[in-house]
Amino acid sequence: MDNAFIEIIGVSKSFGSVTAVDNISVSIRQGEFFSLLGPSGCGKTTLLRILGGLEMPGGGKVMIDGQDITHMPAHLRPTNMVFQNYAIFPHLNVEQNVAYGLRQQRLSREEQMEKVSSALSMVKLEGFEKRGADEMSGGQKQRVALARALIKRPKVLLLDEPLGALDKKLREEMQIELRMLQQQVGITFVFVTHDQEEALTLSDRVAVMDEGKILQMDSPRQIYERPSSRKVADFIGQMNLLEGVVQSVGKRVTVRTSALGEVSVSENDQAVDVGDSVTLAARPENLRLRADSEPGAVRVTLAASAFWGHTTYYRVTASDSETDSLDVAQQDYAGAGRAGDEAWLCFNPEDLLLLKY
Amino acid sequence: MNSGTGVAARILGTYAVIYVAYLYIPVLFLPLFSFNDSIYISFPLRGWTMKWYETMLANDALHRALINSLKVGLATAFISTVLGILGARAVTRYRLPGQKPVVAIIMLPLVVPEIILAMALLMVILRAGGSLGLVSISAGHILLCVPFAMVVLMSRFEGFDRSLEEASYDLGENGWWTFWRVTFPNVLPGIVASLLLTFTISFDEFIMAFFLGSTEPTLPVFMWNQLRFPKLLPGVLALGACILIASVFIVLIAEWFRRRNTLDSQSGDVIIG
Amino acid sequence: MTMLMNSTESKTVSQVRDYVSRRPGLRGYLLLSPTLMIVGTLMLIPVLGMAVMSFWQQTGHMAFDMSGTLNNYVEALTRDMYRVLFLRSLAISGLTTLVTVVMAFPLAYFIAFYVKRHKMVWIIVVTLPFWTSYLLRVFSWKVILGYNGAVNSGLISLGIIGEPLTFLMYNPTAVVITLTHAWATVAILPIYVSLEKIDRSVLEAATDLGDSPFMRFVRVVLPLALPGILAASVLIFIPTVGDYVTPSLVGGSDGYMIANVIQFQFGRGSNWPSGAAISLTAMTIVAILVGVFVWVARRMSGRRS
Repeated sequence: MDNAFIEIIGVSKSFGSVTAVDNISVSIRQGEFFSLLGPSGCGKTTLLRILGGLEMPGGGKVMIDGQDITHMPAHLRPTNMVFQNYAIFPHLNVEQNVAYGLRQQRLSREEQMEKVSSALSMVKLEGFEKRGADEMSGGQKQRVALARALIKRPKVLLLDEPLGALDKKLREEMQIELRMLQQQVGITFVFVTHDQEEALTLSDRVAVMDEGKILQMDSPRQIYERPSSRKVADFIGQMNLLEGVVQSVGKRVTVRTSALGEVSVSENDQAVDVGDSVTLAARPENLRLRADSEPGAVRVTLAASAFWGHTTYYRVTASDSETDSLDVAQQDYAGAGRAGDEAWLCFNPEDLLLLKY
Repeated sequence: MNSGTGVAARILGTYAVIYVAYLYIPVLFLPLFSFNDSIYISFPLRGWTMKWYETMLANDALHRALINSLKVGLATAFISTVLGILGARAVTRYRLPGQKPVVAIIMLPLVVPEIILAMALLMVILRAGGSLGLVSISAGHILLCVPFAMVVLMSRFEGFDRSLEEASYDLGENGWWTFWRVTFPNVLPGIVASLLLTFTISFDEFIMAFFLGSTEPTLPVFMWNQLRFPKLLPGVLALGACILIASVFIVLIAEWFRRRNTLDSQSGDVIIG
Repeated sequence: MTMLMNSTESKTVSQVRDYVSRRPGLRGYLLLSPTLMIVGTLMLIPVLGMAVMSFWQQTGHMAFDMSGTLNNYVEALTRDMYRVLFLRSLAISGLTTLVTVVMAFPLAYFIAFYVKRHKMVWIIVVTLPFWTSYLLRVFSWKVILGYNGAVNSGLISLGIIGEPLTFLMYNPTAVVITLTHAWATVAILPIYVSLEKIDRSVLEAATDLGDSPFMRFVRVVLPLALPGILAASVLIFIPTVGDYVTPSLVGGSDGYMIANVIQFQFGRGSNWPSGAAISLTAMTIVAILVGVFVWVARRMSGRRS
């Protein structure tokens, strides 16, 4: 990448026999909101802690703003972290917590107060200066942790699942605030989360991780619409995954599946050969159910339905195989939707994604 | 809740009150008779007097014993707490291979009969040509107190969130400043509790002080020696009453330090959860 | 050549440093080493020294035949006096342990399940005596049970008895009574902790599945409290077997225990090897008994260790 601000080059880290981070390389631009997304234990937090200097990599190199910081101790790095449990110092009040990192700057009392109050107003905590650590809610602690890190004006802010401990409504509020805050301060954010919705909403780019490796690194839209592997497709959003075998190749690939029969799909940059086992991925919202037949439709049986408010999910099985079930999300299906009803499943082959791995 | 639970609560509550009375009343006979105007420790009480306290306070040998006990107690409290800090830090901060048996060895003095520990130490000290005195008593007391210091400090260190130190490093403080600004203030109550409790144990300890001491006794040994003379018994009661009150006072302060903080961290957890 | 050696040397140094920093266990042990060393010097070396001495033979004042003999152990196990003292010590401690734990259980149960507020106050009230002078707690029973003591003089002054009761003190019963009181406070905490840890929903589940309160207590509470009961038993049994203060103060010659003979052999009896052998025999017997006790109790409750 041309203007890379953070460069992680071939970094690995093992704990005993467990490889947490496996030869990962990432470039992040200045001012970017970058998310590391993956299930727990995938190595995302370890990678973040390597950036912050809280873990030393077993191999590889880490550069920030052209400076090699691989072996620089945590307290000298131009990074600051918002910890998962916030790590608010219990023996200090809000003001002392926020001012903690200012000691080395040898500021006068007034300058320090000024910085603290501007940091607190940035996170909307004016008037909380004298609150004790145990007198705050989770959301307030989170804001203190943010202010405490931002007051240091770091080149990179590291956030380790900062919204994980908040309830759903507060989390959604904080997501918007966090995004606005990031645009306001212009600092590069590296954000760790296991919540795919959160990663897609907040980020400029997302790296999906599993078992110490990066599976895919792309914009949220690309990751959602064009997952590059079965694992990513399965992890991001609802997805129907159908096993199939390649019948013919070319610009369009013909795949035989037991659920949908033979379908012709676009090659999707996947180098496949005749006879390969592949997966076809389809989002539930891209499938439709009809009461009457239409060309290219497949006859299915309704197994169950679930009302979700903005849409209804239908689970259907293709008539010729009980095991091939698909989920369809549709608001306007005209049928009664009782289990056992017959219906026709329609789809556009362009919405079916060919995946080799 | 049904009525059966109410009856059970009442029966158990009554039992609990009786039990506490059973715990405390026997010991209260010491202060009771210490104010009794009679050389004999027997009912009926003869009348109120402070003279046993006056004779006790005038006793020079007692003063020397008190000084000895204070010296031993302070040395024991300081050394066993330092050892407790190192040990507790090591076992709570690092995952040590073979940690369980090693900690068990450190805790062993809690269960080995004191007389055996005292005799074994006595034997080794005399065989090695060492002399008995306040130093050998302190050595015995340190052995007894390290497990207590470890227990008190380990629970404190375990409650101490590791990410607080990481946050301090992350905000630009090196190891020394992190210890001074974050670790120390957070474990301080545990350290104070450990100092107070180990001091109390040493101050009250008899077996080690009796067998590892020389002609200069500590307070409990001084008291034991007085027991042989019935005439001196009321004075012993007065001294005992003072020691009891001092111990209770110190332990209450120690408990206050210890509990206050576990409660703090608990309420913190509740808010996070 | 020198340069090469230098570079390999500094490489080894940095390798060692690397090794230490990569092995948190090693750093932990470095931190732990002062504590371990002190405990080792003050306990392990003396106890090992005692073990060695138990195979010697006393030949005069501070003079020993070091050729190695089992005589001291043979004597410790066969002489009637020792056997009586061993059995008496075990019986006294066993009874003390049983009574103490049985008495402490309802109180621990009350604090764990019925006290809603001020739990900490209750805990501190019942554990406070533990930190006060053991000598004084024992001594107070001498004041109570003595010939002119509180009970006798009280009963006489009330006109209930004419002569002081002599069976109150200087016998094994007095030792058991005194020990039970002196160690009462030790039993409560472990039992309380194990009861407190019981998830309340487990109790509700037992009731929901049809257990009466009594059956629930037997089938759920008691098994879950077992670790606490075992810990309390061990914490009382082992130290009381070797107690010196209580038998010396209220036991009389009929209430002497094994600690008195150990002290005698190291003191006036001046037979260190014999004292060492008796000490180690006592520790071994106690260790075996405790091991068997814990094993049987776990077995009976049908749980894995």
